[in-house]
Amino acid sequence: MIPATICVVLVCIGILFFVGGAVGIIRFPDFYTRMHAAGKGDTMSVFLILMGLAAYQLADFSLANILVAGKILFITIFIMWASPTSTHALIKAGFEEGQKLWTPNGEKEDSGK
Amino acid sequence: MYRLCIFLLLFGIWIIFSGQFDGFHLTLGILSTAFITAISSNFFFENRSQGVGNRLQQIIRIPWYLVWMLYQIWLSNIHILRLALSPNELPEVEPKLVRIKTNLKTDFGKWMLANSITLTPGTITIDIKDDELLIHSISSLTTEGVEGDDMERKIAAIFERETTN
Repeated sequence: MIPATICVVLVCIGILFFVGGAVGIIRFPDFYTRMHAAGKGDTMSVFLILMGLAAYQLADFSLANILVAGKILFITIFIMWASPTSTHALIKAGFEEGQKLWTPNGEKEDSGK
Repeated sequence: MYRLCIFLLLFGIWIIFSGQFDGFHLTLGILSTAFITAISSNFFFENRSQGVGNRLQQIIRIPWYLVWMLYQIWLSNIHILRLALSPNELPEVEPKLVRIKTNLKTDFGKWMLANSITLTPGTITIDIKDDELLIHSISSLTTEGVEGDDMERKIAAIFERETTN
């Protein structure tokens, strides 16, 4: 029903976002910007990959497959919920611990605490 | 009425997770969801001053917000991807701390706003004090995005329609 091409395309785009996140962790200059790459490139990529898997499940349409797709949807909702929470917890811990803020002109600015 | 809604919600989740439709499993499901509803239904939807119909209207409006949200996440993910993979010395990365005021009054509205901001790549909510959000933003484009009040107005339209009137 749903051609496998769509699933493959979804999963590949998801992997591309994952690569972007991984490269970002290495290249970005400080703790905060690295958190951006680490915590959130994943949200979209996991969403796309799981959507690809759900679409693959729905390719032959039966009740059991719909239930599996529903469970995959639940995983997606959970990740959408948990990922911002953990990102926030980590960055707040870093902020309160007094991590320095990187600015483009080379100086490290105090986090304003 | 609220209890019935919670019961139906939990039972729907039970059916999806179990995937068995014979009498034994359905009875088990009814028993356990009834038990959970009896002991913990007070934790859901704590503010019950507004009627169930009002809640249902909110629930109907949420998916549109989620679709818009997904589009925003998609756009800014591409932005982050371009930042991460740009050659040379990351010219566009300009990290900045931003403070914005919010007009949302309920805790749930604020939670939704903070979570939406964190979910959009490029901005992370560090702290909320009363009605002020402290946000870390990675480039000038994402700073502009968070300083506009688009997201806040959409959330207010869903959850706080009656209080804003």
